[in-house]
Amino acid sequence: MTALLNLNRRRDPRLAWAGLAVMAIALLVLPFALAGIGTAWVRITNLAILYCFLALGLNIVVGFAGLLDLGYIAFYAVGAYVYALLASPHFNVHLPFWVILPIGAAFACLFGVLLGTPTLKLRGDYLAIVTLGFGEIIRIFLNNLSQPVNITNGAQGVYMIDPFRIGSFSFAKPEVIAGLSFSGPVKYYYILLAFLVASIVINLRLQDSRIGRAWEAIREDEVAARAMGINTRNMKLLAFAMGASFGGIAGGMFSAIQGFISPESFILVESIMVLSMVVLGGMGNVFGVVLGALLLSYIPEVLRYTVGPVQRAMFGRTLIDPEVIRMLLFGFALVLMMLFRPAGIWPSALRKRELESKAA
Amino acid sequence: MDDPPPLLVLDKLAVAYGEIRAVKGIDVVVGKGELVCLIGANGAGKTTTLKGICGTQPVRSGTVRYDGEDITGMASFRLVRKGLVMVPEGRGVFGGLTIEENLGMGAYIRSDRAGIAEDLARIYDLFPRLRERRRQTAGTLSGGEQQMLAIGRAMMARPRLLLLDEPSMGLAPLMVQKVFETVLAVAKSGVTILLIEQNAKLALEVSSRGYVMESGEITLEGDARALLRDPKVRAAYLGAA
Repeated sequence: MTALLNLNRRRDPRLAWAGLAVMAIALLVLPFALAGIGTAWVRITNLAILYCFLALGLNIVVGFAGLLDLGYIAFYAVGAYVYALLASPHFNVHLPFWVILPIGAAFACLFGVLLGTPTLKLRGDYLAIVTLGFGEIIRIFLNNLSQPVNITNGAQGVYMIDPFRIGSFSFAKPEVIAGLSFSGPVKYYYILLAFLVASIVINLRLQDSRIGRAWEAIREDEVAARAMGINTRNMKLLAFAMGASFGGIAGGMFSAIQGFISPESFILVESIMVLSMVVLGGMGNVFGVVLGALLLSYIPEVLRYTVGPVQRAMFGRTLIDPEVIRMLLFGFALVLMMLFRPAGIWPSALRKRELESKAA
Repeated sequence: MDDPPPLLVLDKLAVAYGEIRAVKGIDVVVGKGELVCLIGANGAGKTTTLKGICGTQPVRSGTVRYDGEDITGMASFRLVRKGLVMVPEGRGVFGGLTIEENLGMGAYIRSDRAGIAEDLARIYDLFPRLRERRRQTAGTLSGGEQQMLAIGRAMMARPRLLLLDEPSMGLAPLMVQKVFETVLAVAKSGVTILLIEQNAKLALEVSSRGYVMESGEITLEGDARALLRDPKVRAAYLGAA
């Protein structure tokens, strides 16, 4: 991480490249190390990467443009259902994933504009409430669009969704390549990692672009932004659309990895979870957001496997059911982090200044 | 009289909030290179006039012409590209950004790097205090400094016409004096200015011509010096008997 920071500040390029190389190797070897502990951890890591992807998308809307969105998971749902319906026995359509993912992104983008257009004049709490309602509307539609024409198969969800497949190479099947055995989750890990790296690069480039500066101005003061000659309407719509597209792609990958989706996966708590990742990691800072997503994905899982044994070691038996205490500890950790690092664990320089100037 | 060619012409401009007619068909002309003020008490319709010009409040009737072009109802972000830049009421600086970043934001519509750097140096010369504090966030500046930053930021867009909305608002008297000095300096650099002010005395002192607004109508207009001596203006706005 220090290496990455150095790269960020362009201090010592050689050291930065060396750090980056070490990190790249570590990331490439990681799934095999995790598989040693248990395949479950590879799956958990894959989900964590998906959450990184989602958090980065939401960061465009919330962190860059300053538009509070509580219904972000709706775009994830749109992407997931587009994939599920175009690659499953439900309609007996089986398109390849590289055709569906762009379609899913485009659909989610369309929904982003659909949400953005009527909410252009809303801000803060009001925007939050409308987006929250939007998220619920999408979920309820998915839950009920089984009649009169069965589109989404309602609460039962869609199953037997095709995995990613290139020709006869399927990402779901274990395989031995060059003497190394790759399980399904390990294969997915690599494709997810590639997507994540691409999305990090896109986000960093966006932040430094003219578009990024326009979002920054809008977040700070919309009236003043307009007085600078910024087309605030289009820029806000663009933020919604881009954020939604990321959600759509993540949704498609989620469908393929799980092989089964239902409206249950896209409840409000999921939206809040992704938002927490953004806020806790450090709104507006791409690396902070990734860190937040990783922490919030791993902490509950780590607690799942440690709360029981720790209790037995301390008291000789399990006093409290791990499932109960896990979320309690998780919530407690969130409160502590926000108390001691209100701008996030790894805040953007700007966000830090904003908080300081407001406190002053 | 050989008036300068007009840059901004308001022709029977009327602006309303629903049923409430805040600006009732006013005629205002600002010539190229002029500094013209629009003065009046709180609620006279000054800021609404500005909103009408900038397209932030729908125009009920009448027209706004800028440099010969009808710009009635045109969105404010488009006007910036035409060189018509507004400094909003309450300054509206980007509090979390540094002074230099604020000024950079002012040049958003431009892409000529050399020209931007040149203008930045020019503005720092005009406001030495801003240069001293260029790495500080705008939120930490005093009200007067924020006003200077707001004017400097508007200058970064290379305006031909600058609309200033109540630059003296909420400032200490000494600071007000300083802000007006800079307004005058900006005007001398060749930028046409329409100044909206409650502080009638100072506004008339720096302006070449003035308009007096009362409940949505222009009641008096003319040479700024003459208005300063006008008994009605003196009684109503300058606190003299």
